[in-house]
Amino acid sequence: MIQLDNLTKVFDTPKGAVVAADHISMTVPSGEICILLGPSGCGKTTTLKMINRIVKPTSGKVFINGEDTTALDTQDLRRNIGYVIQQIGLFPNMTIEENITVVPKLLGWDKARYRERARELMAMISMEPDAFLKRFPSELSGGQQQRIGVARALAADPPVMLMDEPFGAIDPINRAVIQDEFLKMQQELKKTIMFVSHDIDEAIKMGDRVAIFREGKLVQHSSPDDLLAAPKNAFVESFLGEDRALKRLNLVKVEEVVSDEIATVSPGDTLETALARIDDYGYQNAILMVNDQRQPVGLITRAKARTTKGYCRDHFENVPATVTLEDDLRKVASLMFSQDATWLPCVDDEGRVCGQITQRAMTHHLGSRFRAREAATRNPDSAVKE
Amino acid sequence: MPIQSLKGALRALLLVAIFFAGVWSQSSGVIDDFLWYLPDVQYLAIQHLWLTVISGGLAILVAIPLGIVLSRPSMTRWAESLMQVLNVGTTIPTLAVLALSMSFLGIGTVPAVFGLFVATLLPITRNTYAGLKGVDPALMEAAAGIGMSSTQRLLRVELPNALYVIFAGMRTALTINVGTVPLAFLIGAGGLGELIFTGIDLYDPVMMLAGAIPTALLAIVVDALVATVAFLMVPRGVNPSRA
Repeated sequence: MIQLDNLTKVFDTPKGAVVAADHISMTVPSGEICILLGPSGCGKTTTLKMINRIVKPTSGKVFINGEDTTALDTQDLRRNIGYVIQQIGLFPNMTIEENITVVPKLLGWDKARYRERARELMAMISMEPDAFLKRFPSELSGGQQQRIGVARALAADPPVMLMDEPFGAIDPINRAVIQDEFLKMQQELKKTIMFVSHDIDEAIKMGDRVAIFREGKLVQHSSPDDLLAAPKNAFVESFLGEDRALKRLNLVKVEEVVSDEIATVSPGDTLETALARIDDYGYQNAILMVNDQRQPVGLITRAKARTTKGYCRDHFENVPATVTLEDDLRKVASLMFSQDATWLPCVDDEGRVCGQITQRAMTHHLGSRFRAREAATRNPDSAVKE
Repeated sequence: MPIQSLKGALRALLLVAIFFAGVWSQSSGVIDDFLWYLPDVQYLAIQHLWLTVISGGLAILVAIPLGIVLSRPSMTRWAESLMQVLNVGTTIPTLAVLALSMSFLGIGTVPAVFGLFVATLLPITRNTYAGLKGVDPALMEAAAGIGMSSTQRLLRVELPNALYVIFAGMRTALTINVGTVPLAFLIGAGGLGELIFTGIDLYDPVMMLAGAIPTALLAIVVDALVATVAFLMVPRGVNPSRA
């Protein structure tokens, strides 16, 4: 757990005092990632760097796992906090192994233990130990270097990590890969992480909580979903962008919106049966055809069913796309737009149909938070509870 | 193909020229003249090298710590102005420095070593300072952020990363030092300058060359020696010559 208590930094500049961080108080529960987000110069990096005293706080306190760090020796404090920076900062004079084992060595681990740890870490970041440990940072790509940067920060297994725009200098494709890898690692490691970003999409993807900063002040600190659904003021709203409802698509999984009621036909049914079912269920233009294992094999369109006679197996069209329960709504929306579809069948792990997801259900789900908020502003007594 | 055959022809021509130069020097007795100076050259070359080793060694021992001290953050306020003083110092000709040190320390080895020491000190200090200041700030932040003390940062991060630049300074300084030692003869410190200047005074080209050629060879050897040490000592990851 990281707890900031009225943390303040005032820089004395020739133009007068500048308050870079103004009484920041917040708590990051153990095992969560908190993203500090805001435009440049908003104090997010200053706040982060006050935790490991790269920037010395003017006033205020930092608690780590309940312990006041003010009295701790700076070096001891830093050795127990993982630190990852945007410029990566691997030591070019050292091999990858030496880079990774710097902190364990500082902590006085014996040789066998830190060498073992280096191999363990390489496996964790999915890089082949034998191929990389003896190489130098300059021989690695940017993405590989930052993986090593993360491994170095994790080397002594610190409970807390500070990451200053760690993936900011990596190209978008590699960035997404590293973000995914990191989230997967975090599911096992459960570190308490403060993470500075200026990228709203990264914040939504990576953060359990997001803290928005403006001019040295903490404006809003909430879960990504709350943030997008209920921005506190006009600044947050404009920072999140006009498409913030669309950004929430990332946060919602298909399983939250899926309707398990879906009518199907089998290849042996007649087109009359299909038409009847389309009408019964009020489907607009088509019905799904499944095989014996309930795997989707085709679509019977309404137009075909009305104008033709015969069996479904002779008159079906291809299924445009299917989604799984773990997909997020952003992918679903993208598929719908590209297929010009208003609904998509949803399949389970074995590829069997388990429901459908409709545009209506998606807009309803996303809109419910906004409607609740409007209701709350009209009638402040009934607070938003979800 | 034509370029390669041209190169081959030139190489053959060069070999022929060297052969005839050898034949000429043997028949005209120049080689014997040079060999006559051999004992002198041996004695003076050792004296010459000692002057370089003592003045250069002292300069390295003083210049590197000085460069390190100047590059410390607490010295930022003074460092730049001090470096300016050192830069101005570099522009003073070595001969003038020798003359000045003679007027304070008299004649002999001591003023010569002092003058050479001053002339060698500056390039090494400047490169040490510049090398350390040139270390990527991101490295320093990373080193501090993972909990290195300032001494650990200096020894494990700053110096290894600045070492190539520091060695470049030493290489220049020591090569210039070897080439400057002949001037020390003028204030009575000996060295190969004795043959060079006496040769000039007596209008004896063989005597002059018997001093000048070994001086040039010594400079090349010292340069190669420092380069080899640099090659071996600078860590592989930051050593351009081992990339």
